[in-house]
Amino acid sequence: MVYQERNTWAGLIVTLIAMTAYVIALLRALGEQPASEIEWWPMMAWTIGISIVAAIAVSIVWGILAGMRDPDGAGRSDDRDRDIARMGDRVGQAFLVIAGLGVIVLCAVRAEPFWVAHTMFFGFAVSALVGGVAQVVAYRRGLV
Amino acid sequence: MVKPTRVTNDIRAHREAAGMTQAELARRLGVTRQTLIAIEQGRYSPSLELAFQIAREFARGLDDVFHYPQESSS
Repeated sequence: MVYQERNTWAGLIVTLIAMTAYVIALLRALGEQPASEIEWWPMMAWTIGISIVAAIAVSIVWGILAGMRDPDGAGRSDDRDRDIARMGDRVGQAFLVIAGLGVIVLCAVRAEPFWVAHTMFFGFAVSALVGGVAQVVAYRRGLV
Repeated sequence: MVKPTRVTNDIRAHREAAGMTQAELARRLGVTRQTLIAIEQGRYSPSLELAFQIAREFARGLDDVFHYPQESSS
């Protein structure tokens, strides 16, 4: 497995775990109080922060372990990695656009910040997940 | 669904004739071994520049290494 594919897997795994934990915490909070009273911002900020740090940490540890087995290809990337990354970004971008349009609509109807922020937040998450899956599929099945 | 490419290549045959391993050719081309494997198996279409570099490694023309089927005239 090449360096960039490992990073893609690390991002995917961390995003999946972080989003699952966030959704569970959010649903619990929604069960106890209305959306407008939930202190969502610290929870969201922590999820984003921990996800970024965890993805970097997993990539580094995985990279060290892979480098011990194959020192030559530990940190290298090439045209194929860049092509696959571009394709993944393009696939994921569609969900960012959908989330962005959703935010505009929610602002137009003066929705609460809770819904506006979560529309964008889940847009980012779905974009990262779908883009990541597309990249992994391209690494495994091919990109022509 | 990945759209299959119609471009085929004889990289493996040329590489084996030249007595080169995948790792060695990948290193000379400046790509990862996984990328070379993907190209050999037709799972990745290289850029035109990389295709020329590959052909040059075997001292061959592009057409000797990469093939594209003729359109049937109708």
